Amino acid sequence: MSVDIATVKRVAHLARIRVTEEEAAALQGELNAILGFVEQLNEVDVAGVEPMTSVIPMAVKRREDVVDDGGIAADIVRNAPLTDENYFLVPKVVE
Amino acid sequence: MSELTALTIAGIREGLRRKDFSAVELTEAYLAAIERFNQAFNAYVAVTPERALEMAGESDRRIAEGEARALEGVPLGIKDLFCTKGIHSQAASHVLDGFKPPYESTVTANLWRDGGVMLGKLNMDEFAMGSSNETSYYGPVVNPWRRRGGNAQLVPGGSSGGSAAAVAAHLCAGATATDTGGSIRQPAAFTGTVGIKPTYGRCSRRGIVAFASSLDQAGPIARTVRDAAIMLRTMASVDPKDTTSADVEVPDYEAAIGESVKGLRIGIPREYRVDGMPEEIEKLWQAGMDWYRAAGAELVEISLPHTKYALPAYYIVAPAEASSNLARYDGVRYGLRVPGDDIVDMYEKTRAAGFGREVKRRVLIGTYVLSAGYYDAYYLRAQKVRTLIKRDFEEAFQAGIDAILTPATPSSAFGIGEKAGGDPVEMYLNDIFTVTVNMAGLPGIAVPAGLDPAGLPLGLQLIGRPFDEATLFRAAQVIEDSAGSFTPEAWW
Ligand SMILES: NC(=O)CC[C@H](N)C(=O)O
Repeated sequence: MSVDIATVKRVAHLARIRVTEEEAAALQGELNAILGFVEQLNEVDVAGVEPMTSVIPMAVKRREDVVDDGGIAADIVRNAPLTDENYFLVPKVVE
Repeated sequence: MSELTALTIAGIREGLRRKDFSAVELTEAYLAAIERFNQAFNAYVAVTPERALEMAGESDRRIAEGEARALEGVPLGIKDLFCTKGIHSQAASHVLDGFKPPYESTVTANLWRDGGVMLGKLNMDEFAMGSSNETSYYGPVVNPWRRRGGNAQLVPGGSSGGSAAAVAAHLCAGATATDTGGSIRQPAAFTGTVGIKPTYGRCSRRGIVAFASSLDQAGPIARTVRDAAIMLRTMASVDPKDTTSADVEVPDYEAAIGESVKGLRIGIPREYRVDGMPEEIEKLWQAGMDWYRAAGAELVEISLPHTKYALPAYYIVAPAEASSNLARYDGVRYGLRVPGDDIVDMYEKTRAAGFGREVKRRVLIGTYVLSAGYYDAYYLRAQKVRTLIKRDFEEAFQAGIDAILTPATPSSAFGIGEKAGGDPVEMYLNDIFTVTVNMAGLPGIAVPAGLDPAGLPLGLQLIGRPFDEATLFRAAQVIEDSAGSFTPEAWW
């Protein structure tokens, strides 16, 4: 399979990355090189094979259902580019 | 290079015990070396002299009181992928501009608990995506090794290129690194250092910036097999804060070193003899086999039939997981923000400005293979192939193989800019021998084993059973004893 320019732009938008016309053109070639490379996986007979979910078999860990951390709002917002008190600020989302 | 910075970690331990020098003197020697020579390599992206001297001072106090810990006073470099509280942690990306984590990664916390001294943060490929350290926002790292008689700048490998270069150039005694498809072992091979990627789940991923969560593992890069064993023992732990951290006791890896390999069954996988493999790699591999035979190990030819599919499957699984993990860099919670007309415009501009080319490429491939209509054809199929890759190894181990010997890389270090052409796959092929190990979750170690005709280091890789790093250390020591160790001639 290969991607056309419109697909590159659609995927870039899905990924929330702005691309210029030039970048989209370069990316098209690069993505197609990668897609061409992975094409060989179609040679493999995967009938009846389970997809891998956990590379090392392990039981999902459980813990007590208690609050054991938190109350660190100031730490959490400390690295944000724009905040007000303990809130993250974003451009207006609803009118 | 001053004498102190030439010591191995085991040598530092001995010297501090004998009071030949103090931890502060040792740290000062490293800080002076970094000050003078880092510009030649671009290995450190942040240096933390005050922290280092404070930690070294504490080490001297402990030593005086007879309470030295496992890594007391050992000056270490930390890959920029690890969160270190209040200190530069940006995964060498512009999108994490100014980020200073409010917490410490488990692996680095373990190092400080055992007396390690932090020198600073090391350069790497952006978000650990790369095999040459050329995708870093901070620019490429220069390999301390040069071709004999030449002065072309070579890459140190990647993504842990800063870690490998700093260890090889004696700008730290050991370094942390991470490996998703080869990022510990390939740079180790390119710089004549030792690097081990432990079993998935051996080291906690808590506080390590995520690339591909089902593949990422931390491990050390060091100058000798013993040093790597000393470091891994401290780095590994069972961590309730990482649900994929395995509940398996961490053994004393150093104890395995020096044990005989007599009777050990070493597998030689025929699929690793690839077309166009340079003659010097063949020779190196053959030399490795000869050393094991001489040491009394038994060599067994084995087959891992799905080997060639590991790299293509990786280039679906890793970008898919990356596209999901990197969704968090949105200009809201940390790092860079480029203002926009509305929220989507802000996201798109921030991510366009913050991510480098390779990262964008990966996020796009990942988004594409996970997108509606393509999931089964790409991601699901790749995960099935992954099951088959793992099964190949399981069958070999069930048949009594203790460890598998392969080359670490298909070539020695290449020049900066040499593989920057239009086809990204050319760079990806660096990892053909290492990526299988991540796909199967196994431990793998790269050990320097010789020099190519141009005088550049080459490494061999040993692959082990899950959680059997001890056998890898034991077997790796045979290579080190036979091949010796390799130090670049100082041109800096
Ligand atoms: N982090 C890694 O192990 C990198 C592996 C591989 N070179 C990649 O670019 O994805």
